[in-house]
Amino acid sequence: MSAIRMNPPEFRVVRDEEKCIKCLVCVRQCGFEAQQYDPEEDRVYSLDENCVACQRCVCLCPTRALRIERNPVPYKLNAHWTPEHIHNINKQAATGGVLLTGMGNDKPYPAYFDRLLLNASQVTNPSIDPLREPMELRTYLGSRPDYLGGEKDRYFGPTPLVPIETPIMFTAISYGAISHQAFEALARAAKAYGTLFNTGEGGLPEDLYEYADHAIVQVASGRFGVHSEYLNAARVIEIKIGQGAKPGIGGHLPGEKITASIAATRMIPEGTDALSPAPHHDIYSIEDLRQLILTLKEATRYTKPVSVKIAAVHNVAAIASGIARAGADIIAIDGFRGGTGAAPLMIRDHVGIPIELAIAAVDQRLREEGIRNRVSLVAAGGFRSSADVVKAIALGADAVYIGTAALVALGCHLCQKCYTGKCSWGIATQDPYKTRRLNPEIGAERLYNLLHGWSHEIKEMLGGMGINSIESLRGNRLHLRGVGLTEAELKLLGVKHAGEGM
Amino acid sequence: MYARREYCINCHLCEVYCVAAHSKSRDVWKAFKREGLRGTHRLRVEERRPESLPVHCRHCDEPQCVQGCISGAMVKDPETGIVYCHEDKCVGCWTCVASCPYGAVRPGYRNGRPVALKCDLCRDLLEPACVAHCPNRALVYEGGTT
Repeated sequence: MSAIRMNPPEFRVVRDEEKCIKCLVCVRQCGFEAQQYDPEEDRVYSLDENCVACQRCVCLCPTRALRIERNPVPYKLNAHWTPEHIHNINKQAATGGVLLTGMGNDKPYPAYFDRLLLNASQVTNPSIDPLREPMELRTYLGSRPDYLGGEKDRYFGPTPLVPIETPIMFTAISYGAISHQAFEALARAAKAYGTLFNTGEGGLPEDLYEYADHAIVQVASGRFGVHSEYLNAARVIEIKIGQGAKPGIGGHLPGEKITASIAATRMIPEGTDALSPAPHHDIYSIEDLRQLILTLKEATRYTKPVSVKIAAVHNVAAIASGIARAGADIIAIDGFRGGTGAAPLMIRDHVGIPIELAIAAVDQRLREEGIRNRVSLVAAGGFRSSADVVKAIALGADAVYIGTAALVALGCHLCQKCYTGKCSWGIATQDPYKTRRLNPEIGAERLYNLLHGWSHEIKEMLGGMGINSIESLRGNRLHLRGVGLTEAELKLLGVKHAGEGM
Repeated sequence: MYARREYCINCHLCEVYCVAAHSKSRDVWKAFKREGLRGTHRLRVEERRPESLPVHCRHCDEPQCVQGCISGAMVKDPETGIVYCHEDKCVGCWTCVASCPYGAVRPGYRNGRPVALKCDLCRDLLEPACVAHCPNRALVYEGGTT
């Protein structure tokens, strides 16, 4: 018995028959079997209901004969019952399951970055031309002493600061969530540019240890791939408590994706599900967290700073204060726009808070408590451009993590189907037919270019403000002005409204 | 020129651009739609999923296709080392096809007559069209005489 297909196709493939030369590149490249060829009829055709609008066929078609369109849904207009709600209900009525999705929150919540504007110098202070004068983007991550020689007062020993040549790092994306090729591209680009990549919770593949010096290695609730060599090879160790796309939720990498190589890296049997519990079962308090931080520092002889990554949630400032006092050197905060390989749709779209407000609140709280020097603050979750990066740093971050932007540079078109493992771009898949589509050589070049372009833009923006070092911008909220924000929002962000002077 | 098996993505675009490069118009659409050159590519992507690999001429030092050619159409350029076929001389006996140890010569038809289709490294272009258009750098051209 075949059930009625309640949901009409979300997209439709428009093929210009006049332009099509039937080379079948679309058929061979579609990861979702939307493009088909019937040799009997010598006919290329589409199964629209399979199309996810990943644009792989569109980008590879040599005659530009393809276009993907949104399929209009002629339901009676209803502002409350949108087609999305109706379609989701239909999916669940058919399966009884939790709705899954990939990438970050795509709902039209306010983007505070788009309501913040930067300052520039005019007459009374000179702007700087970064092409002619030195401009410092290097920043150092880690814990600074309270006063000169002050590190001796701390219960635990100091860990070294880690320099990064641009305040942009690649966020945690595990090997398993993405292909080895994509993972390698991130590692290579981080090393080439002098910044850091993050292994995510899936360990570091044996053959990529040459990049370990530029790796932030994660210790997450599943403890996958964590061993002494892994910790000691890294530059920074990160304890993953939460993720912006799914705060409070664990992870589940299905057994089909656990190939021999991933199994070896994660240190689990091949083909078994990799389940990350929602909490760390040995961390139920700040004191417990302190134990793990100190354990990791002991295990690495105080040679690695320890970062703690949390999702931006309601009480983020108080939690961050606790983390700083627990002995972390870096606090990474992941906002609600942060991406994921798989998350329940309801969690992704309805849990967490915007990263802009979280950074401002945490920076403010740590400063008020006089412990801002003890930690570096890394912001993550939805950074789309260099302007977002500059605004985050002005709000109080030391550096940012980019994830989605990096994947877009690798070919991702945000179709949000990562959780299916069918990624046509060879990124979020382990299918050997598809992973080869991402040549790490090309990927690393494109990521390097992205870092280079953004860094140059950041220099230009800093120069315009009359600042010659990224560290002088950190927490410098006088360089920000809000537009169209309420009193409460301005107060939380700690910025004045546009039009107000110094 | 060589192919990197780990990066070949089975898109067959090398074949498409090979056809276009050996057409009168040098245009993909015209080559396929107006000049009727579909299927006249000189390199061929072999696939056994998940792997695929373009099979192309090695331009051998001692090419058996040249030795076997009965009409003198198949020659090796003494200067560049490129092995190519004078298509106007080819009589379509397919001795070259049978003798190539790599299966890199294909029997085909162009302009209504049988011709041996084989890679000439796009002699009149700076870089072979297949290499220039490979979206994943699976094909590498280093020049040289072999």
